[in-house]
Amino acid sequence: MIDSLRGQNLLDLGDLSREAIVEVLDVAESFVEVNRRTVKKVPALKGRVVASLFFEESTRTRLSFETAAKRLSADVLSLAVASSSVKKGESLRDTIATIDALGIDAVVLRHRSSGAARQVSRYVPHVRVINAGDGLHQHPTQGLLDAFTVRAALSERRGVPAASTGADLFDGLRVLIVGDIMHSRVARSDVDAYTALGAQVHLCAPATLLPTEVATWPVSIEEDFDEALAWADVVGLLRLQHERGSGVFVPSTAEYTLTHGLTLDRARRLKPDALILHPGPMNRGVELDSRVADLPASLVTRQVASGVPVRMAVLFLSVAGTTKEERR
Amino acid sequence: MSDVLVRGGLVVGVDGAERVDVLVRDGVLADRGPSLDAPAGARVVEAGDCWIGPGFVDLHAHLREPGAEAAETIESGARAAAIGGYSLVVAMANTEPAIDSAALVEYVLSRGSRACVEVAVTGAITVGRRGESLAPMAEMAALGVRLFSDDGVGVQDPAVMRRAMLYAGALGVRLGEHCEDERLVAGGSMNEGVLSSRLGLVGRPAMAEELMVLRDIELARWTGAAIHFLHLSTARSLAMVASARREGLDVTSEVAPHHFTLDESACADFDPLFKVHPPLRRAEDVAALREALVRGEVDAVATDHAPHPPESKDLPFDEAPAGVLGLEHAASLTYEALGSEECDPRRFFDLLSRGPARVARVRPEDPRPRHGGHGGALRVGDDANLVVFDPGARWVVDRDELHGRSRNTPYHGRAMRGRVRATIARGVLVVDDGELT
Repeated sequence: MIDSLRGQNLLDLGDLSREAIVEVLDVAESFVEVNRRTVKKVPALKGRVVASLFFEESTRTRLSFETAAKRLSADVLSLAVASSSVKKGESLRDTIATIDALGIDAVVLRHRSSGAARQVSRYVPHVRVINAGDGLHQHPTQGLLDAFTVRAALSERRGVPAASTGADLFDGLRVLIVGDIMHSRVARSDVDAYTALGAQVHLCAPATLLPTEVATWPVSIEEDFDEALAWADVVGLLRLQHERGSGVFVPSTAEYTLTHGLTLDRARRLKPDALILHPGPMNRGVELDSRVADLPASLVTRQVASGVPVRMAVLFLSVAGTTKEERR
Repeated sequence: MSDVLVRGGLVVGVDGAERVDVLVRDGVLADRGPSLDAPAGARVVEAGDCWIGPGFVDLHAHLREPGAEAAETIESGARAAAIGGYSLVVAMANTEPAIDSAALVEYVLSRGSRACVEVAVTGAITVGRRGESLAPMAEMAALGVRLFSDDGVGVQDPAVMRRAMLYAGALGVRLGEHCEDERLVAGGSMNEGVLSSRLGLVGRPAMAEELMVLRDIELARWTGAAIHFLHLSTARSLAMVASARREGLDVTSEVAPHHFTLDESACADFDPLFKVHPPLRRAEDVAALREALVRGEVDAVATDHAPHPPESKDLPFDEAPAGVLGLEHAASLTYEALGSEECDPRRFFDLLSRGPARVARVRPEDPRPRHGGHGGALRVGDDANLVVFDPGARWVVDRDELHGRSRNTPYHGRAMRGRVRATIARGVLVVDDGELT
């Protein structure tokens, strides 16, 4: 269990203690202000090199990480997989070794295979590795930014600074995560983040989209989405990928919307102060109604905005304060 | 071929063990008795504190030739086998091309005839191991092939398996089945369960194995065929096979050392060295396999020796090929599983030699169109395939000191108990003092 991300890799949110997560959220709060300045930059990682390696398509996560690194004054090496030697059959180990030879302090890695970030951390033990999504396994910064967004919204409502609340606002908070949990790295990281912070996590999905052995997860399973609407404090929706909704895992996307979509009618039955999250990209009309996505309760754009300070905090804690010489 | 005198060891026979010397001459066990004199020029193996038994027989070795000689060859695999105490390895049919014709059988046997231990071969059940049309089993059987398998995958189509059983039954040969329903394991890379759920790895459920074991037991009952279950990995699979055997069906089974020494928790760090098919299972299954070994409910320990060159194994977990090395460790791991000091030497040789020899039908008393006798009772006149095992030896596995071409052992750094000191294959001392001669 990691009690502080300082000088550590971020591979799996399940490795982080409540203290470590709160530290990230608090540091992220301090970076929010930087993002409001005219000159959105601090010298925290000046002279450090962050490599951004996305082996899988991504728009928002990649932009968010690279923006965060630049606002910390790091130099960013960005590997575009489509034009790289990876396409020519270069192995992950060789690609990492090549990038490492250029002199880097951190790697932000997105890969289609579960565990890829853990493997890369073994290849380059002197480099900090930040998992930006590995297969179905983890998307730790998404879990952190979801918690950050929820904490910010709840603290505003109470009129207190978020950083003064620690994990208090999560105590007893009822978080309902709905959708394709089985194939979702976001769900795994969200469950880790919310449960570490003290929230009660509930999952709701067609049985075919629940993970195997879900009874061993630290969550409750809700069979009826409609009943859960009455008490959920936070509703986190997940993307239904079309290949899962065409007769393979559920009969059709239309039937999925019928049983598990957050329609306008369902949104009206939520508690008035309930918060709605979605990690994007949204399938409007499938997992949520287009009008619901644009309600004030929807924090979708705030989640995107939170991504930058949260990833600044992660990079800062993980990379700053340690040098390669100390690590070697 | 010089004479070999093995002196002072405990010779483990079928009914009991006695401390006698053993003389090997002209490829046969020429004499046994107390205090034999060493003939002039004989090699002497001092075997005090050691067990002498029939050379080990591996039913399940992927020797990779033809097609993947960078990983292993018949010659290099045979060297690893000799170090591991094997006098016979049965080369699995999933080469490239698959061993699905007499010509390919001849090729492997011809390469094998120059190797340092005896090499037999498994033929494919279906052409190209594609699970569609029957391979020419009769022409392969005529060359001495007694075991057929599409291993790597099982025969998925029950109608094809039924036909294969009927056909094989008439030929008097045995079918070896890799039990995993490919649809249930699609995309999977580790045991399905609590850990795979957390790691986000698609699972290969135990049920995928168990359904196929169940199916094949029923098909064997229907057709009367002889079937051998390869690398069983779950408690329920073992229970079903044990039950079928009690009913009198002609079913045999093997377990692989990695399945009775490692559990799925080895996959927690996504190290593809621990990726195998069927996958490493739960700790409960490992315990059940060990109990079955002690009770003699399986016929054989078989290595499923699966060499891979580093560049192909060092990939993301879900992309890496499945398989681990086995030939050089199996005897020590079996000794450990049987309780080390508590290990019954007869059970030990049953699992590593006499049982697999029975399945492969290469015992001295069996009809043998091609191969010498293995797994015998060590009677005077038997073919001299022997192993000298030192149960008191202690050693540590070092992947850089292995004898095959690949390094993908999951046991690097593991402390082992018991080690092969000498191997005599076809009357020749091929390993002495733990080293190739």
